[in-house]
Amino acid sequence: MDLLAELAKGVIDGNDQKVARVTQQVIEQGTSPKSILDDGLIAGMNVVGERFRVHDIFLPDVLMAARAMYAGMDLLKPLLIKEGIPSLGKVVIGSVQGDLHDIGKNLVGIMLKGAGFEVIDLGNDVPPETMVQTAQEQDATVIGMSALLTTTMPVMGEVVDLIDRKGLKGQLKTIVGGAPVTADFARKIGADAHGFDAANAVDQVKKLLNVK
Amino acid sequence: MKAFAAALARGRPLVADGATGTMLFDHGLKPGACPESMTLSRPEILQTIAQLYLEAGADILTTNTFGASPARLSTYGLEGDTEVLNQAAVRIVRDVVGDSAFVAGSCGPSGKLLEPYGDAKPDDLYRGFVRQVGSLVAAGVDCVFVETMTDLTEAQLAVQAVKDTAPHIPVAACMTFDPTPKGYYSVMGVSVAAAAAGLAAVGAEAIGSNCGNGSENMIEIARGFRAASDLPLIIQPNAGMPQTENGKLVYAEAPDFMARAARELVALGVTVVGGCCGTTPEHIAAIRAIVDGD
Repeated sequence: MDLLAELAKGVIDGNDQKVARVTQQVIEQGTSPKSILDDGLIAGMNVVGERFRVHDIFLPDVLMAARAMYAGMDLLKPLLIKEGIPSLGKVVIGSVQGDLHDIGKNLVGIMLKGAGFEVIDLGNDVPPETMVQTAQEQDATVIGMSALLTTTMPVMGEVVDLIDRKGLKGQLKTIVGGAPVTADFARKIGADAHGFDAANAVDQVKKLLNVK
Repeated sequence: MKAFAAALARGRPLVADGATGTMLFDHGLKPGACPESMTLSRPEILQTIAQLYLEAGADILTTNTFGASPARLSTYGLEGDTEVLNQAAVRIVRDVVGDSAFVAGSCGPSGKLLEPYGDAKPDDLYRGFVRQVGSLVAAGVDCVFVETMTDLTEAQLAVQAVKDTAPHIPVAACMTFDPTPKGYYSVMGVSVAAAAAGLAAVGAEAIGSNCGNGSENMIEIARGFRAASDLPLIIQPNAGMPQTENGKLVYAEAPDFMARAARELVALGVTVVGGCCGTTPEHIAAIRAIVDGD
């Protein structure tokens, strides 16, 4: 097995020590950081995402895979920055104000990072102003919002309205998701996209940003 | 307490109460606020809820302590109130029901992920459950309901906390499952059969499922538990899955629909039938009528 396939397998198996070791090895061999990322770490996370989608594996396996991916990413990040290799885009994510649930949001964050996006995770109970301001300050182009409670869903509409009021509509896109959040609701509040699960959220963000 | 264990052993169906959380939201609980804090700030609402479920014919009333473990209360900076909140919640229900119904101390998940998936240490969660259960038992619960668990290890820690500190108090342990094309699994990947075996292994007196599903799925989950275990079963469905209509939360299953499902559950040999999110005293009254009619 070549080392990049080995790296992908380490991610799939959730073996963070192996991923750190192999990442170090391929860096030292002079493999390009972009290739290590795409053909190693992201390739592994793609398999994890697909297996999760078809219920072959469950949340614990995804969390272990994410931990392994981060172990490689930590070593790779300085090189990616040095070589000026851009991420697919910057996404601000958070559970909306009043909502303390974050498992779904965390999964979306993992999948976005695993797909090559830069993710700024604001955690849970995030006020609309914080989301929009952070996106502006960090030059993010997408805000991803999560809600598990039907009672907090209206806050998503407030974020969309705030973007509108600040004249950022079009430059700063929104995607919403969470157990009670439907595509119909997303349309009604004027969100740009709806992700019905974590994998779909990644597809939708790609679509919003016109990446392959 | 012997009485509850005896009631379980008799095998005659027992009716548990319906939702507390969704009723608290109807009574002004704000999203993001701590539901357990209503025990101290608005005790009259919890009194009313208990009264309504008692009048609806519930044999078992649950305390407003679902999130009253120190780990979960710490989200609101209220972990120091663990004892006060648990004891006050028990007293409210006990004052309403006296000896006419059993009082079940609700014990929900910590909201933390255990190592290696998260950073919670089993020992810390266990000690937290010991604190919560200790308060529930000191205030006089008849049994403890470990509820809505998705991680089997965490559910076992909660059951173990009761077994170690109050071995005379029966424990009913429920997990929450999602339908997948491959059967029912908890978010953390626990199958119904694995839950049945794992909860029995730590000595739960009754096992089953609450939340996450409406009546029809719960009948299938009950079948799974029945196939895997001879223990008394406890099943508490949601009134369907929540839908939004005009920005308001609506649960689709009407009382008579849930009552018909309850009849099937009883026919499967389920001992305790109640309701979770979205169920109301009307649902419980309908279930009571069906259970008595059979």
